Amino acid sequence: MSDPVWILGIHMTKFGKHPDLDTVDLAAEAALGALADGGVTMAQMGVLAAGNLMGAAAGIGQQLQKQIGQTGIPVYNVTNACATGATALRTAIMAVKAGEADYGLAVGVEKLSGAGLLSGGARRPDSDTWQPSGRYGSVAPVDGRIGTEIMPGVFAQIGMEYGHKYGGTSFELFARISEKNHAHSVLNPLAAYTKKMSLEQIMGDVMIAYPNTRPMCSANCDGAAAAVVVSDAVLKTLSLEQQRRAVKVSASVLTSDPYTEGCQVLPDVNTLTRNAAATAYEQAGIGPEDLDLVELHDCFATAELVHYDNLGLCEPGGAVDLFNSGATWRDGAMPVNVSGGLESKGHPIAATGIANIWEVCHHLRGEAGDRQIEGAKVGLAHVIGLGSACGVHILEKSAA
Amino acid sequence: MTNQIPLVDYLVLGDEPHLVANECTACGARFFDRRNACASCSGTEFAKAAIDTTGVVKAFTIVSFAAPGVPVPFVAGFVDCGGTSVRGNIVNVEPDDQHVTLGMPVRLTTSVMGTDEAGTEAVTFGFEPIDPTEGEAAA
Repeated sequence: MSDPVWILGIHMTKFGKHPDLDTVDLAAEAALGALADGGVTMAQMGVLAAGNLMGAAAGIGQQLQKQIGQTGIPVYNVTNACATGATALRTAIMAVKAGEADYGLAVGVEKLSGAGLLSGGARRPDSDTWQPSGRYGSVAPVDGRIGTEIMPGVFAQIGMEYGHKYGGTSFELFARISEKNHAHSVLNPLAAYTKKMSLEQIMGDVMIAYPNTRPMCSANCDGAAAAVVVSDAVLKTLSLEQQRRAVKVSASVLTSDPYTEGCQVLPDVNTLTRNAAATAYEQAGIGPEDLDLVELHDCFATAELVHYDNLGLCEPGGAVDLFNSGATWRDGAMPVNVSGGLESKGHPIAATGIANIWEVCHHLRGEAGDRQIEGAKVGLAHVIGLGSACGVHILEKSAA
Repeated sequence: MTNQIPLVDYLVLGDEPHLVANECTACGARFFDRRNACASCSGTEFAKAAIDTTGVVKAFTIVSFAAPGVPVPFVAGFVDCGGTSVRGNIVNVEPDDQHVTLGMPVRLTTSVMGTDEAGTEAVTFGFEPIDPTEGEAAA
C-alpha cells in the first residue's frame, strides 16, 4: 500500500450572497486561506486543480493564478457537475500520489445566488412545422411532456423509488430530514441559512416538486473552498504543529455510473455511490461503523435518505429506520450533515465537494467550535454530480 | 384522415399505440434513444422491441414549479412496464398524493398536443391509472 496523502491546509469562504466579490475573488480568498492554514505559499505548489461549473470555459485555474501567483505549474481545470470540487481535490491527490508533485492545491468556486432552477431551461415555443430531431427524434421540447428534467423533480423520484422498494417513506419523513439539517445549520456561522425551521414551516413552504418543498432543496448561493495536499514524505519534514493539524486522506475515490436497467430514464445515483463507498472503506481499512461523522450530498431531502443506505450507514433497506432512530442528528450515533447540509449551508456547486471535506477536517482537528463532534477521529465526505460522478473521501485525524 | 406524428420516435402510433426500444441483441439492454453501441456490453447490434403498454408506478413527483413555458402542476412518473423502466407523465388523474400512489397500476395512453402549419398533429403519450373495478364486469 502506497504512502498516504495529507490535507495540510483547507479553507471555505462564508457561503451566501457575495454581491461585491466575483468568482475569482472568492476562489482567491479560499486558495490564500488554504495556503495560510497549511503554512505554505503558492510558490511551493506543484499542481493546481480548479473547478467552476458555470464558467467552465473561462479556465478558473489560470484566472486564479493571475491573482495569487503565476508560477507556471500545471493547471487542471475540471468539471463533473456537482462533484466538481471533489474531482479537483482528487486530481491534486492523484498528482501527489503519483510522485509528480510534493504539494497540490485544489479549488472549487461558484456564484449561484438567485440562480433558480438549474436545468430544464425555459421551454422554447413549439415549431411551426413538426420536424424530428436529436437522438429521440423529438418534434418538440419534452420537459414537462415526458416527465421532468428539473433537479428537484428528478431527486424527488429517486427518494420515492426508495420508498416504493422498501416502504416507510412519506412527505413528512422527508421533511423531517430537512428539519434536522436546518436545525444543525444554526451552529454553522459559514452556512448561507442558519435558521431552525419547524416541520410545519418546512411542509407548509412553497412546493417545488412533491415531496420536496423549497427548504428541502439545496440553497443556491455563492462560495468557494480550497485545500492544500501534501505527500507523506514531505509532511514528515514539516513542523510538529503542521503534522498535528494535517488530516490523513485514508481514501479518495471517484466513480461514474455503471449501466443499470432504468438509468436511461431516471439517473441511478445509488450504484455509483455504493461502488465508491465500498472502494473507500476497503482503501481506508475501516467500515461505516467506525465513522464519527458524515457529510453527504443532500442536494434534496429525498436524496439524503437514499445515501444513508448507499454509504452503508444502515442495512440495505434500513434508511428510514436509521433516520427514525435519531442516529443522524448531531447527538446521535451517526451524525450526518452537522454543517447544515446543502439544504441550509448552501450548494455553490463546484465548492461543495471541498467544503464538505473542510467540515470534516474541522471536526477531526477539534476546531469546529460550538458544533464540534467530540472526539471525532474519522469522517466521510460524499458528493454526487448528476450525469453522473460520485466522490467519496474518508479522512482521519493525525496521530502526531 | 389527419396526419399524425409522434412527439418522439419511440412512440409508435396506429390502432394500438405503444413504445418501442432499441434492444441490444447481445445482452438485451433496452434504449429509447439511438445508441452508437450498447452502454451495458458495448455490443453494436440492436433490434426493435415493443414495450408493454401497462405497468406500475415505481416513483413519481408532482411538479409545481417548472421552467418558464412548462404548464404546472403535472405528475412526472417512473413506470415499470414489464421489466423495462419508462419515463412519462401520469395523466387523467388529480395531481395529488391521494390520487397518485406508489405501486399504482397504469396503462399507456396518447393525446394530441398540437397541430402544425401543415395540419399535422403531434401526439404525445402518458400513463393513466387503470381503474381496479374495470375488469370486474368482464370477469
